[in-house]
Amino acid sequence: MSFWSRHKIFETNSIILIIGVLIVISIGGLVEIVPLFYLKSTIEKVEGVRPYTPLELAGRNIYVREGCYNCHSQMIRPLRDEVERYGHYSLAAESMYDRPFQWGSKRTGPDLARLGNKYSDDWHKDHLKDPRAVVPGSIMPGYPWLETTELDASAIAEELKVQATLGVPYTDEMLKHAESDVRIQANADDPNAIDLAKRYPKAQSRAFDGNPQKVTEADALIAYLQMLGTQVDFKLYDNKANVR
Amino acid sequence: MAQAAAPSKGMTFGEMGSALAFAGLALLSIIIAAKAYTPEYAFHAYLFAAASVAAVFAIVNRFYERPAERPPLTFGGKPNYNMGPVKFATIASVFWGIAGFTIGLLIALQLAFPALNFDTAWLSFGRMRPLHTSAVIFAFGGNVLIASSFYVVQRTCRARMVGDIAPWFVVLGYNFFIVIAGTGYLLGITQGKEYAEPEWYADLFLTVVWVTYFLVFLGTVMRRKEPHIYVANWFYLAFILTIAVLHLGNNAAIPVSLFSPKSYIVWSGVQDALVQWWYGHNAVGFFLTAGFLAIMYYFIPKRAERPVYSYRLSIIHFWSLIFMYIWAGPHHLHYTALPDWAQTLGMVFSVMLWMPSWGGMINGLMTLSGAWDKLRTDPVLRLMVVSVAFYGMATFEGPLMSVKAVNSLSHYTDWTIGHVHAGALGWVAYISFGAIYCLVPWLWNKKALYSMKAVSWHFWISTLGIVLYISSMWVAGILQGLMWRAYTSLGFLEYSFIETVEAMNPFYVIRALGGAFFVAGSLIMAWNVWKTISVGEAVEEAPRAMQPALIAAE
Repeated sequence: MSFWSRHKIFETNSIILIIGVLIVISIGGLVEIVPLFYLKSTIEKVEGVRPYTPLELAGRNIYVREGCYNCHSQMIRPLRDEVERYGHYSLAAESMYDRPFQWGSKRTGPDLARLGNKYSDDWHKDHLKDPRAVVPGSIMPGYPWLETTELDASAIAEELKVQATLGVPYTDEMLKHAESDVRIQANADDPNAIDLAKRYPKAQSRAFDGNPQKVTEADALIAYLQMLGTQVDFKLYDNKANVR
Repeated sequence: MAQAAAPSKGMTFGEMGSALAFAGLALLSIIIAAKAYTPEYAFHAYLFAAASVAAVFAIVNRFYERPAERPPLTFGGKPNYNMGPVKFATIASVFWGIAGFTIGLLIALQLAFPALNFDTAWLSFGRMRPLHTSAVIFAFGGNVLIASSFYVVQRTCRARMVGDIAPWFVVLGYNFFIVIAGTGYLLGITQGKEYAEPEWYADLFLTVVWVTYFLVFLGTVMRRKEPHIYVANWFYLAFILTIAVLHLGNNAAIPVSLFSPKSYIVWSGVQDALVQWWYGHNAVGFFLTAGFLAIMYYFIPKRAERPVYSYRLSIIHFWSLIFMYIWAGPHHLHYTALPDWAQTLGMVFSVMLWMPSWGGMINGLMTLSGAWDKLRTDPVLRLMVVSVAFYGMATFEGPLMSVKAVNSLSHYTDWTIGHVHAGALGWVAYISFGAIYCLVPWLWNKKALYSMKAVSWHFWISTLGIVLYISSMWVAGILQGLMWRAYTSLGFLEYSFIETVEAMNPFYVIRALGGAFFVAGSLIMAWNVWKTISVGEAVEEAPRAMQPALIAAE
């Protein structure tokens, strides 16, 4: 029986063909994906990465909703020009709470992995409303409705709870305060901001869109943009500690 | 009419079961619509409810209209093929093709002239781009695959398609999924994962449709009168199976609530990234490659009237292609926070993938041995052969771009967009056009297409469009990549980011022009298809496949 006539078994038996296909397509995925869940070196140990505050998470969901990932990456590669242009290269740990990940695949606009604290809130507000007002050559769409649309965060507690179920370290206290934390963070001088900062270290609280009267989608999105890439202090980060 | 039904006529288990299932879905949808967290989700729930009610009505109506006996499996000693669903999917593919190409043209123009975003949420690039990719890949490509697979599996197995309501459920359900997905993007409902944007409820519905698709296809293969399963059907089976696996893996998510459109994916960060590109690259490998290779393996030999060049080559390239494609995903994540070992594995397999890909190309092209002269006289065959040539080009460019050193330049730039369109326009769309041009006269029993000249025009206009598209994106991408990494003699970065954006403008305009040509070509095709069906000269012999059902209904 030649090699070629042995193949007859697949061609004459659909179930054997299916089993063969399933085995062949499983190998690559299993070898590449499964180790990522148990190899400790996949995600480096680093100080400072915390779950998103409710307001930041709401902002992130707006980022996802508007499809920002279609034009902006959040992944700085360890190449000389990228590190000089955008900052320290991205660590796996920095997106460990990202569901979904938003590394992106295209830079029609610049990388946003370390956008936080680079521009003022006002700049972001103006830029989102009319990008060409602040960057004349920009081809980004305008998002003027964000600062007039009130943020709907009525389900934010449930959202945090789902994330907690999936393993994001949201504590009971965080879940309890989820809804009020949205308002606290979007307010310039809420007395509870100290508690918020205890729950979420380095969380910035203020009226991000300049309007303290109501919490808008612009508040949430700018809160998210202003924290991007700011959690890890790279003056203290020791890359060699993670070499195994 | 209803009263005239024979007394022995009863609802089949399938009719009863699916009517009940749809009634249940309608009820569930209405409850969800009433309690939905957002108006957008309520709108989708109402769509589901309306479609379910329509489905119940259609099933019951069909029951009263149909004869008591089931359609025979054979008619006059020949298989009684079920081509209704194939016809529907063929027309749907023409419709979605034009829609998807036109949206592509719009977003290309938005990048050249940002005022075209109109400061309007649903018209903005970020929502339109997923609409474009889904419309061309899943709506256009998906309908071509469903139509051609249902046609090819029946013909090559010489058996009537399995199932009565099931094939219609696959075709209509799939197109309903497209409507839900597309309207969802415009309303801001998205998972935020490229090429897998539909949210959890659309994904669940698609899973049911897809499993039905698999069962109908497999059942028909098992009913075959031929001892051997034809090579095209290996590819269709691998495509259907693998897409199911990928879809389930990449969309594993927990909804915030039954009443919320939002879900969170179970994977996060780096793991989510690799699962996503394991899915994403194999959507290319199995949806856009294996499925369309199946089309190549049926339609090119058929049209050229020559056997497949090499049986052994088809065996080798089938197994090696499906084995290696699965490994290639990490090349989308070079130099990212994905561990190096995974990137390297992805690169190595991507480079190796060149060989099975070219095995397929050689098998397709060499099938024309002894029939090359037909390229001069048959523009339909020309479309398909050029598509295989584009396949060869794109599968050479792909491995090249997966090499880390090349990727450090090409990644994040428009070179990737150009590469994708060399494959999508040149390979996927051209082989699809070829298949549609073959299928329409066959399905509607016409002697030939209405106008061969129009096919020729379609071919040349869209070829010009593709050339403009991919060459402008090559220049744009490489220029962009070089500008990002350019340093002055003093050691500073030479260009600010916005300067690199401004440099893209002329290429974006040329690309949009290429896209316009491609849209124009597809409009010519739609006109030709419409003319062929409406006034094309019929084949003398009566349409055998439809006969029994028609006579009985009258």
